[in-house]
Amino acid sequence: MSAQWIAVIGTSFFAFALKYAGASVPAKWLAHPRVGRINLFIPIALLTALVAVNSFASKSKLVIDHRIFGLGVAIIALALKLPFPVIVIGAAAGSALAYHFHF
Amino acid sequence: MSVKRDSLSLSFAVGAYGTAFGAASVSAHFTVLQSCLLSLLTFSGASQFAVIGVLGVGGSALSGIATATLLGTRNTLYGIRMAPILRLQGFRRVIAAQITIDESTAIATAQKNEEDARKGFWITGIGIFIFWNLFTLMGALGAKAIGNPAAWGLDAAVPAAFIGLVWPRLVDRKSRLLAAAAAILSLALVPFTPAGVPIITTALLSVAFGWRS
Repeated sequence: MSAQWIAVIGTSFFAFALKYAGASVPAKWLAHPRVGRINLFIPIALLTALVAVNSFASKSKLVIDHRIFGLGVAIIALALKLPFPVIVIGAAAGSALAYHFHF
Repeated sequence: MSVKRDSLSLSFAVGAYGTAFGAASVSAHFTVLQSCLLSLLTFSGASQFAVIGVLGVGGSALSGIATATLLGTRNTLYGIRMAPILRLQGFRRVIAAQITIDESTAIATAQKNEEDARKGFWITGIGIFIFWNLFTLMGALGAKAIGNPAAWGLDAAVPAAFIGLVWPRLVDRKSRLLAAAAAILSLALVPFTPAGVPIITTALLSVAFGWRS
């Protein structure tokens, strides 16, 4: 079985288990405010790390390539409060242009 | 009636992002079938983008699953918040659990009474489920048809989607500091650890930052 299949099955299993646990456990189990704070911070840390690694890593090397133009467009679009599809499509267009000019 | 209208328009808008997921997933070497199964079975945008993001940069299945699973823990807390409003048993609880995500919970908790909260939860959850899966298929087929992902900028669409997901969460100084620390730590680890490890390690930062208020 390929890594992709293991990832699809494993991710789906745990995603559902977490959702179903929420619908089933007594609320007081996770009532501690520390749990709430860490839970709010987990997506911030992981998503930012995913931005960084997907923008600047190539295998085990750090590189600056065409993707940085995509990231730049995305940040400008976010600062201008443009909607999500514009951010993603704008970033793709910026990166594709840089790629075509062999940056 | 406005809860119905709000829920449906949110469903369509959010579901359309499925196009980005489908395209990104195929670019990260997942098949069209695997991309569609992630949308059907995982059905949690950040977790789905995370698993394809980790494997796309060469990470192992285990680090992909671990990263996606940590991102799914917030759905547990949403479920706890929704349970006393929904009051479900058996099969209906299974369905409700699957559609317990950011948006269905947000719409429900924005309502003034429990009836509207239930309505908003179900319409938004089922609506996003339908549109998200349809648009995933379209995005995946589209990306498969166009060949080299870098030539179309799809390799930059993945980090753009992540930054779009994290940006609205950077509401205070501590959040922005955590984001900066996570970016620096993950990049610093890239040359020295197997792919995927730099990402999951930053979860420790969220524990450190969240320990004290």
